[in-house]
Amino acid sequence: MMVFATLTIILVLLLIIASIIYKGLPALSWDMISQTPKGGYYFGKGGGILNAIIGSVYLSFGATFLALIVGLPVALYMNVFLVKHKKTVHALRFILDILWGIPSIVYGALGFIFMIWLGLKTSLLAGIITVTILIIPIMIRSMDEALKFVPRGLFESALSLGSTRSEISFKVFLRQCIPGIITAILLSFGRAIGDAAAVLFTTGYTDNIQGSLSHPAATLPLAIFFQLGSPVPEVKERAYASAMVLIMIILIISIAARIFSQKYYKDKIKF
Amino acid sequence: MEPSGKIKIQNLNLFIGKQQILKNINAEIPENKITVILGPSGCGKTTLLKTLNRLTDLYENIKISGTVEMGNEDILHTKTDITKIRRKMGLVSQRPYPLPMSIYGNIAYGLKISGHTKKQFLDEKVEYYLKVTHLWEEVKDRLKQPASALSVGQQQRLCLARGLAVDPEIILADEPASALDPVSSMAIEELFTELKSWYTIVVVTHILRQAKRIADHVIFMYLGEVIEQGPAGEFFENPKMEKTKAYIKGAFN
Amino acid sequence: MKYINRHWKDKANSTWMLVCTGIIIVLPFVLIIGLYLKSALLFEKCSFIDLIFSKEWKPWENKFGFAPFIICSLWVSILALLLSAPVCLLTAIYLTHYAKSRVLKIMQPVIDILAGIPSVIYGVWGILVIVPFVAKLGNFFGIHTTGYTILSGALVLSVMIIPFILNVLIEILRTIPEELSEASLSLGATKWETIKYVIIKKAFTGIISAFGLGLSRAFGETIAVLMVVGNVVKIPQGVFDAGYPLPALIANNYGEMLSIPMYDSALMMAALILLVIVILFNTASRMYIYRLEKYR
Repeated sequence: MMVFATLTIILVLLLIIASIIYKGLPALSWDMISQTPKGGYYFGKGGGILNAIIGSVYLSFGATFLALIVGLPVALYMNVFLVKHKKTVHALRFILDILWGIPSIVYGALGFIFMIWLGLKTSLLAGIITVTILIIPIMIRSMDEALKFVPRGLFESALSLGSTRSEISFKVFLRQCIPGIITAILLSFGRAIGDAAAVLFTTGYTDNIQGSLSHPAATLPLAIFFQLGSPVPEVKERAYASAMVLIMIILIISIAARIFSQKYYKDKIKF
Repeated sequence: MEPSGKIKIQNLNLFIGKQQILKNINAEIPENKITVILGPSGCGKTTLLKTLNRLTDLYENIKISGTVEMGNEDILHTKTDITKIRRKMGLVSQRPYPLPMSIYGNIAYGLKISGHTKKQFLDEKVEYYLKVTHLWEEVKDRLKQPASALSVGQQQRLCLARGLAVDPEIILADEPASALDPVSSMAIEELFTELKSWYTIVVVTHILRQAKRIADHVIFMYLGEVIEQGPAGEFFENPKMEKTKAYIKGAFN
Repeated sequence: MKYINRHWKDKANSTWMLVCTGIIIVLPFVLIIGLYLKSALLFEKCSFIDLIFSKEWKPWENKFGFAPFIICSLWVSILALLLSAPVCLLTAIYLTHYAKSRVLKIMQPVIDILAGIPSVIYGVWGILVIVPFVAKLGNFFGIHTTGYTILSGALVLSVMIIPFILNVLIEILRTIPEELSEASLSLGATKWETIKYVIIKKAFTGIISAFGLGLSRAFGETIAVLMVVGNVVKIPQGVFDAGYPLPALIANNYGEMLSIPMYDSALMMAALILLVIVILFNTASRMYIYRLEKYR
């Protein structure tokens, strides 16, 4: 029975991937991923989803980069500067876990409030900021998981060599955990590219390829979502194809993350 | 007592992965005596003990060859239900692991799963075995409290009582005093001495003095091999092998 | 000179780290306060109790009753949990206490990929597989349905929350010492009895917390549910009814949010309700889990 339950989970995953590929592959064409929507695209005429692919890539890179700038220092701070304040670290982990649990639609709503408050329109920038906030907790917590296993002895010996704490952070901890940190970044990137609810309010949608930060941007999840809502069968087919593109991106990221974390076990100085 | 209280181990080899943990073990465990498996840590004592009731089944990559006969049955290759064999052997582990239940529930657990549900019967058994292990006076007013509320020494005796309640023939104890303070560990040792007229007891230890205090029969192991075995008096007074002599003198631990 | 340089570098770096940490601590409060300020308008007009329990949702008449949405969200989430909890529990016990470590090595990427699949993909899968399946199931029971139902939402969700529940359960069940099951087995218990009476009992609070986390995850899930649940405003009577969960309400109406007075306030309040419920569930569950880890 337990084996059965385990197999069920594996089967469901295979079923999901298989059904998307089964439906998406026939509709997938080079035009789909190399062109922007042409006139009448949403009634089944020519064009592709290049706008959404590019938009999603911009969005995810931007958000992951911002999240890294804020997230990495926090993760290091928790593990290097707060070593003797166990309680503070626990409280921080608690807050981060809670933030991780907040649904992305709530982040989207918050982003929207700030947009209105600042008098901004839906734009790539607003989307990047919202998604950044969404993925920061994920990034910090996964980095933290890697950093917290740096042994105390390594920390103490580096201190005894006369290094400052920030030197220890960036030269010892960061180096010891680099594969774990890259895994965390990839994980966050995957989350950023796949999320739809947070960008729904903030990023808007456009048929053009992104020109500037202050314009709306198309994203892949929303492209799928909108195309699926169309009554035209050809457009629905394209939604399946777009879904396949997205799932391929996610799978590649997932596998890359796995390879890095495997390497992590190989390269780490073991104690 | 039936003759099945005696265990005969023949040509027992055990591998974990490619590492050989037990090397060609031949040994006998006499009934109604305390047999001490003695040896420095990491010599395979605990593994040997776990082989006796086949808890080795729970680990990966283990390969076993040889026979362990109990009664007329080879328990390594038997077709008999393994849970029946395990029931014949009570286990006392290094640290007490009370089940997540009340004191009463811990002792009644083994009885309940073997189909005894009458409350009166369970009450009697619980009281009886708590008395056997000298716990009754200490806990009789709080039988419904969680077992984790007891001190470690009490917990260890509770675990023993729990094992006895399913009516085993053999008691397997894996360094039963290693987590206990001196007073509690003396209490356990005394208990074993009292119980040996009813049970065959196997105790694993690396503490030489403890072995001297309780052993009737000694199996001395070193690096996965049985170096010497025999009655306790002879073993400690007049050891035959060089390694045994060195160990008894305290040359290595 | 070099020392001073290093000193300043250290100062600058630690300040930057401190500032970032500060931002993180402030973030949840910003979330709550921001949403509260936005929905405050609505609070002034109607009483909180009315809003929560009223069944009438007519934004154009200024009637905002959240009851249908909250109840539908509860239906979908609880049903999803009921579906996925047994599977997760059995799998977690199997993986931690019985399976060879090779099986865990196979399962870990499976869990990770399930967690990584975007919700919109789950939605597509739901439309492709689950919706027709539920429609057939409905016909089998003699109920006419399109398949866009509470049940479809729950089925999709139940798959989506598997990785979250499973990861937490595996962490928790790992804290149970192997010796405890050995003790039970030595008393003549079978593996199954050991699971039932010892492992599950020992980990009980942890298991409940894991389910709590899963439930709150299900509660906030938006796009995937929205795509298969039908989006009809009414209080559902059965699993074959269509429903309209709370997150879907927010996502579906953002476009016309500014066209009707008070509408944006109402939607922000929906987000606030969502946030508060999720934070409550999360906090309670995490508290239990942290306590467990402390006593390990």
